[in-house]
Amino acid sequence: MNRTRKSSPCHVYFAIAVACWSIALLPTKRLLSRAPALPSPAQVQLNGAGATFPFPIYSKWFDEYHKLHPDVEINYQSIGSGGGIRQLLSGTVDFGASDGPMTDEQLKQAKVPILHFPTVLGAVVPTYNLPGIHERLNFTPEALAGIYLGTITKWNDPALTGPNPGVQLPGSDIIVVHRSDGSGTTYVWTDYLSKVSNEWRTRVGRNTSVNWPVGLGGKGNEGVSGLVQQTPSSIGYVELVYAIQNHLSYGKVKNAAGNFILASLDSVTAAAAGAARNMPDDFRVSITNAAGQNAYPISSFTWLLVPSKINDPAKRQALIQFLRWMLTDGQKFCQALAYAELPKPVVAKEMKAISRIE
Amino acid sequence: MATPPLVIDQLHAAGRGGRVRAFIERLRSGDEIAHLITLVFAASIFLLTVLLVYELYVNCALPRHKFGWGFFFSRTWDPVFENFGALPFIYGTVVTSLVALLIAVPMGVGAAIFLAELAPPHLSDALTFVIELLAAVPSVIFGVLGIFVLVPILRSQVEPFLKATLGFLPFFQGPIYGIGYLAASVVLAIMIVPFVLSISREVLLAVPREEREAALALGATRWEATWKVVVPYARAGIFGSVCLALARALGETMAVTMVIGNEPKISASLFAPGYSMAAVIANEFAEATGDLHVQALIELGLVLFVLTMIINALARLLILLTTKQGTAHP
Repeated sequence: MNRTRKSSPCHVYFAIAVACWSIALLPTKRLLSRAPALPSPAQVQLNGAGATFPFPIYSKWFDEYHKLHPDVEINYQSIGSGGGIRQLLSGTVDFGASDGPMTDEQLKQAKVPILHFPTVLGAVVPTYNLPGIHERLNFTPEALAGIYLGTITKWNDPALTGPNPGVQLPGSDIIVVHRSDGSGTTYVWTDYLSKVSNEWRTRVGRNTSVNWPVGLGGKGNEGVSGLVQQTPSSIGYVELVYAIQNHLSYGKVKNAAGNFILASLDSVTAAAAGAARNMPDDFRVSITNAAGQNAYPISSFTWLLVPSKINDPAKRQALIQFLRWMLTDGQKFCQALAYAELPKPVVAKEMKAISRIE
Repeated sequence: MATPPLVIDQLHAAGRGGRVRAFIERLRSGDEIAHLITLVFAASIFLLTVLLVYELYVNCALPRHKFGWGFFFSRTWDPVFENFGALPFIYGTVVTSLVALLIAVPMGVGAAIFLAELAPPHLSDALTFVIELLAAVPSVIFGVLGIFVLVPILRSQVEPFLKATLGFLPFFQGPIYGIGYLAASVVLAIMIVPFVLSISREVLLAVPREEREAALALGATRWEATWKVVVPYARAGIFGSVCLALARALGETMAVTMVIGNEPKISASLFAPGYSMAAVIANEFAEATGDLHVQALIELGLVLFVLTMIINALARLLILLTTKQGTAHP
């Protein structure tokens, strides 16, 4: 008896711990038991993961779509394009999303063929900090490639003064800034440089992260623009959406037709329209340096990645319905969030491609 | 440890009904449960560590086979042409951590001596509370402060001054960007000072009163008693605080990547941009698409883990060696 009395505190603690534990569990249990009684239960849940660049418009779409169809709930995690592709290949999500098309090698790893659906358009713009210069600068492809290769090191290099008559460019060193985190923005930027410069293609190449010949790395759009704004005579690149929302000044870029074009939602859509004529059936196409008088050359699609075979009929139906809505009614949300809409011919082609999901 | 034989004896003696009672008795007494639960917790921590190393090792098979030991000596990090080497990252991690320690340890230990030995108690408690708050600030805050406050000061004031006065040393040469090894080291130093300070202060306060009194009785001044008796007595604990601080510095990711410049290059100059292992993993992992790229990042994680272990082991060895020499003779 003596022993029991001595150890009773321990006993009591244990009882208290058990009691706390059950109290902690109680609300969950109650919620669970109530769940079926909640109004408009989600019958179909779709899970997706991938690109961060289109995340604002995607979450708007999934939210609006859920309001229209309360029985469909779409969850999206913006973990990055690479992560989205990996999760899709391992089958842990119903769809993926990427800022760059999947490579042939990646497509081969998939158990069922993967379909690409362009959703919106993005663009990347060169932003710079030159104290005392308020004019918008014109950049030729050669100048951008030269600056990022490290062969053009001064602001008053002929490659820069040539296209900018009347602007007094200083003789200071160019401080190059690029993204340090792997990103779709870097993919589009390096894809463009690879198209316009042979040396870039063979020495550096295109990827979400590359071996930069020169420059400082900033993390995210905010890191790059922060560095550029703080460092006199620097140049960097950011997403158009980011530049518009944060009122950054950015330069015009010479397109394939030879015109200096300022990035805007219209000039980006024009780039996609230029590419629509020779759009391949799988939509895996780069639209950087696209043809067209008004096409902004550093533009890109961003894609939803959908398996061509979905076994669960409810999920399949929900995903098909959503894709149709996204391509038609959904596009009108783009403008407000500063994303460029898809051109009509691309939408028409995608509507046909939806029937390939089975 | 003596309980099991006792329990078996009880079981043999008590038979069927007694066995249940003995079990209940053991449960009631709580000793058995406490023993088991704590054992499970201790074992799971060990298992977690082993599992972590195993998983890291297994998941970097591709680069281990492709690059072998060359991974540690190559300076190239090229995700496009799939050529990966860890040297610039190892260098960046080690250099920023060491420079941070160079700044933080004298500052932290000095402040701890003041707070523990010289300051009036109410001031000491108030100051310690404020400094310990620093340790609770999320690292991204330090990064943001680094970018918007520290880097401009470094670029316009500190680095030009260092270049003008100590420019003959290779550490203070080359173009000044503001961000780079020095900025990362200073941010790290600010982050680890609270660790050094608060632990060192506790350790100094724990030094027995008799030690101090004996020194004073022998005619030492107050400072001599502190510096030659109290500090050496607390040496092991102070080293412990430095180890903790170093571990935090080696693994720090967010604040470092925001100010280090993220260039995988090796330069002697502290003004130059660099890169660290934790930073490149955080930067590139999410968007890495090629298998080799992902696995090379995982191998970097393994290297970071091993490096942390080696440095910790070295620090422990140092403690052993120095404490063996005995505490000081005033």
